[in-house]
Amino acid sequence: MKVLIPGALRSYTRESQVEAVGDTLNALFADLDRRYPGLRFRVVDEQNRLRPNMRIFVNGLGVRELGHALRPDDFVAVVLALSGG
Amino acid sequence: MNRTSAASPAARKTAARAVPASPRRLVILVATRKGAWLVHGDARRKVWKTDGPHFLGHNISHVQLDPRDGRTLLAAAKTGHLGPTIFRSEDLGRTWKEARQPPAFATPSGSLPARSVDHTFWLTPGHASERGTWYAGTSPQGLFRSDDGGVSWVPLPAVNDDPQLREWMGTVQDGTPDGPKLHSVIVDPRDASHLYFAMSGGGVHESRDAGRSWATLIKGMEVVEGFDAATVTFHDPHCVRLCPSDPDRLYQQNHCGIYRLDRPGDTWQRIGRKMPKRVGDIGFPMVVHPRDADTAWVFPMDGTTVWPRTSPGGRPAAYVTHNAGHTWQRLDQGLPESQAWWTVKRQAMTADNLAAPALYLGTTSGELWIGRDEGARWSNIARNLPEIYAVEVAALA
Repeated sequence: MKVLIPGALRSYTRESQVEAVGDTLNALFADLDRRYPGLRFRVVDEQNRLRPNMRIFVNGLGVRELGHALRPDDFVAVVLALSGG
Repeated sequence: MNRTSAASPAARKTAARAVPASPRRLVILVATRKGAWLVHGDARRKVWKTDGPHFLGHNISHVQLDPRDGRTLLAAAKTGHLGPTIFRSEDLGRTWKEARQPPAFATPSGSLPARSVDHTFWLTPGHASERGTWYAGTSPQGLFRSDDGGVSWVPLPAVNDDPQLREWMGTVQDGTPDGPKLHSVIVDPRDASHLYFAMSGGGVHESRDAGRSWATLIKGMEVVEGFDAATVTFHDPHCVRLCPSDPDRLYQQNHCGIYRLDRPGDTWQRIGRKMPKRVGDIGFPMVVHPRDADTAWVFPMDGTTVWPRTSPGGRPAAYVTHNAGHTWQRLDQGLPESQAWWTVKRQAMTADNLAAPALYLGTTSGELWIGRDEGARWSNIARNLPEIYAVEVAALA
């Protein structure tokens, strides 16, 4: 599926949109971390929680639960919240 | 032997470490709220060249050079949005690579609440005999160790998962405005297993078995009026330093005063009582002399009323003692004489180890200063940087 990457994470991906796979957001971030080592920990903390100033949208709908199921044709956007200093 | 007074200055001075042989240059490592800068200087401290920003936009809490190889740098970083990480350079900042496994808390066992590292706050190179070993203190309070030069980090469970220490760490509301911190990680140069750390809040602690067990070291330290000094969580050491020329001597700048501890004693002496009353003995940084354990510096701030945390009266100054805290002298020549309302954070003041050491400090208003002749003459090196969090300096061969 297509994943939109925010500017703050382009140092990992070098691209604004990448392809990754996973049947949940957890699995998707595991795959992203395999492709782009270190990316996941900047977004998801060690207790498997989305970091406070990060947002995930799946097909335009906000999601915070990393167990959220995904389909291969979903569009996932990783977005910086309007905060963060 | 009674080590609770400064009665043996000659002995302490003869224990001094040697001045490094002919350093060719210096590098000042400046960590700020919006990135890191490396300021390269010649050995005479006359010409400075600024290299940066590195990691523009990142909150850089600390940049440290590995003194064992003279070229590896570690930088503790996060951004307003992204989680914390450690960046490493093996070529003095020309190139950087991210740590493979940055400090992260383990999944808790038992009933202890799960925690996540907000940022790594403090970096300490390990013992000279343990190449590649580093320690990191985090916010919220955690202690981590790396044995591979900072590539991967493991938590120390005797600190991070100890129910008693966790209770003393308190909650996020008990810590500093940007989070409670574990800091002042110290390795005894005589013994790699002998460690200290401090917490804001949560007291000072010591291990003699490489961090497998810890004992509290708060006797003599005061707390805010009306609170019980026997309660560890009320103790807020701001910065603790060990004297390299006498590793049995520690100095501490605390939320409630300036202290000295001479081991094997276990009672801190409040040496800040001898500071001028109009200035007080509250501040963040504590700096020790590289070769004279009777000499130390502080940089007082206003800790009255609502805690402005500015230079007292808008007149910044360092204070030095040359007799282990029995008397203090003001050092403000060259610093602004009025209307300067900045202060210096706990990691943002240091000394080099050349003959006649110079002091270096970074301000909350983004200025970098050098105090030549042990702080006797101050001059500005850089202005208009972001808020400075930490300043380290190293002499390079």
